[in-house]
Amino acid sequence: MTTITTGGARQGATAPPGPAAKARRDRHGTRGSTRTFWLFAGPFLAGLLLFVYVPVGWSFYLSLFQAQNTVTPTKFVGLDNYADILTEGPFTDSLWTFTLFALIVVPLTYVLALALALLVHRIRVARAFFRSVFFIPTACSYVVASMVWKLSIFNGVRFGLANTVLGWFGIEPIAWIGTVSPPWYWLVLVTVRLWLQLGFYMILFLAALQQIPKELYEAAWTDGARPGWQTFRHITLPQLRTTSVAVVLLMLIAAYQAFDEFYNLLPNTPYARPPLVYLYYTALGQGQDFGHGSAGALVLSALITMVTLLQGRIFGFGKADR
Amino acid sequence: MSPEQKPSRSFGRRSFLRASGTVAAAGFLAACGGNTGRGGGSTGGKAAISQWYHQYGEAGTQQAALRYAKAYSKADVSVQWIPGDYASKLSSGLVSSNGPDVFEFHPDVQMAKSGQIVPLDDIIADVKSDFTEKDLAANSVDGKVYGIRMIDDPQFLYYRKSLLEKAGVQPPTTFDELIDVSRKLDKGGVKGLYLGLKGGSDILASPLIWATGSELLTADHKVAFDTPATVEGLKKMRKLYTSKTLLLGAPTDWWDPSAFIQGLTAMQWCGLWAMPGIQKALGDDFGIVPLPGIGSAGRPVVYNGGWSTYVSAKAKDVDAAKAFVKWLWIEQTKLQEDWCTSYGFHIPPRKSLAAKATKLQSGTAAEAVKLFETKGHYDDPYWTQAMVTISQDMVNNAVVSGKNPESEVAKARTRVEAELKKIA
Repeated sequence: MTTITTGGARQGATAPPGPAAKARRDRHGTRGSTRTFWLFAGPFLAGLLLFVYVPVGWSFYLSLFQAQNTVTPTKFVGLDNYADILTEGPFTDSLWTFTLFALIVVPLTYVLALALALLVHRIRVARAFFRSVFFIPTACSYVVASMVWKLSIFNGVRFGLANTVLGWFGIEPIAWIGTVSPPWYWLVLVTVRLWLQLGFYMILFLAALQQIPKELYEAAWTDGARPGWQTFRHITLPQLRTTSVAVVLLMLIAAYQAFDEFYNLLPNTPYARPPLVYLYYTALGQGQDFGHGSAGALVLSALITMVTLLQGRIFGFGKADR
Repeated sequence: MSPEQKPSRSFGRRSFLRASGTVAAAGFLAACGGNTGRGGGSTGGKAAISQWYHQYGEAGTQQAALRYAKAYSKADVSVQWIPGDYASKLSSGLVSSNGPDVFEFHPDVQMAKSGQIVPLDDIIADVKSDFTEKDLAANSVDGKVYGIRMIDDPQFLYYRKSLLEKAGVQPPTTFDELIDVSRKLDKGGVKGLYLGLKGGSDILASPLIWATGSELLTADHKVAFDTPATVEGLKKMRKLYTSKTLLLGAPTDWWDPSAFIQGLTAMQWCGLWAMPGIQKALGDDFGIVPLPGIGSAGRPVVYNGGWSTYVSAKAKDVDAAKAFVKWLWIEQTKLQEDWCTSYGFHIPPRKSLAAKATKLQSGTAAEAVKLFETKGHYDDPYWTQAMVTISQDMVNNAVVSGKNPESEVAKARTRVEAELKKIA
């Protein structure tokens, strides 16, 4: 870099001239900053090491053992745990559950968040009100929202909110989270997540929309582009590319980590058990099978990493914004 | 960066924020770790014992548990009353060093084999003959007694007499009758039968297998449930489930009688513990029947659940913990009686106490005790939590999701065999 900050410039101006003095100052500066770096970054790195890398390493160790009811196992089983969980069974089922969940929730959140952002961006009156009113649910906890959804809105008995409304039209009460044909529980799961996360992604899109230079639109109109779909398709959407990639990535990872609403809304059932819920019941729950649990956790981490890298490859996430 | 830039103020500010954030996070974690569930260590030279209970639904139980703990003079006993998923919290507690010293749970061979709990033969020796053979067997692994039964909780079907009369039906005695009765009772906003949030696929998994005449495991711990009768049972259960007469998605699960009391359902699977509450709300307008048998070898079934108390091998002072268990669950018969009959109804596991429990000797409660003795099936300690989950998945897949019952039974068999290999 060639820019010189005011501090540096002042220092340069007041320091005595001569190569020796400059070298001394450099050495001092470098050593001082190294110390400062470790002083400030050290605790953070130590925390990272202690709370992230050590557990990951330990998980790997556990995944090679028969670790039943203990985290200090003795019976080495090699890759058996991986073979067990990767053969067709509840873990592979849970991966399908997740995939289906992601397929529904990611595009839906993307479209709705973008639509909301466009509406709120265009609005002329009560801007602050509309922005906050859609954002507020983000502050609500998944557990609380799940409870509201489960106990009051999508309660399966006749006096649940949704069933009361259906009752006005003479429709029989529906057991929202208790039936698989039709699978109404997806409606409950997806709406609670949409309600909770739409506002957050809307804010991200809103910020990106405000970054798009007005001149681009003016130029497009001058060139004969019609306002509406044409400008949206050729100006707005391409300009939102970086944000879109980030948003999709965040949503995918959030979907991979889906736990709270599944755990709180549904009982432990094979038809709606995403990987984390399955692993929770296997390792930390009643199963106490840390060997298989760790193997599953590592497989899941590998999957998330792969998807993230692949997505980065395809969409160029992480590259400088052109 | 060039050296001239180093003393930039923004660098320092950002690092400061990050460092202080780390410190704050560390403080937060430390605060989390500080909640050990113990009453601040020993005071006055007395041992400190942490005792865990799951959350009982009946009013007054928590106060009673606290009262018992306070009455013990030889140690400071702190009671943890755990709402929600007790089994999960207990599991993680037992693996960590912040677990309970004394806790209640169900018999599980895994805990004994992996050395998480200690044998209690020495404290039960004097009164062993006062416990029923089956209660002792349910808590025994390799000839050692690991748990002391606190309460016996038979589970069966409750039905509303008046609603059955109005529909002109008798209490069901066969599974086909159960389906039929449930269908006839399902009218006017009242559903026929409530088997819990999962349509019975969890709590009825074992009783369903027993009702077909099959067993879960053989006496020498081999798979026994993979019979044609079990497949038949799953098909019948599927028929019941698809009759659309089951109440699904009530606010509380099967173990809470609210749905039954509030008239959301005409019949419900629940336990003896709920009987005082049901009596209070409905008077005499209820009766009980076992789960009807299925098929030619079928038999009516009552599930003898219950809770036992255990001592963790990681207890700070195992002997002090055992002494407390001996005091409360062996010696203090008055308190045991209070625990069994003053709040919800539970059958005292001690023969001498059961004989004295007058509240359980008349009316429907006496019927329940009789069902418990004649139709009751106990937990098998070798049927571990992992196998419970496997069997529940089997029932759920076949009954709720409508998958092929034969292949579900075969899949479950393979998975249970793998689990059995682990504990062999």
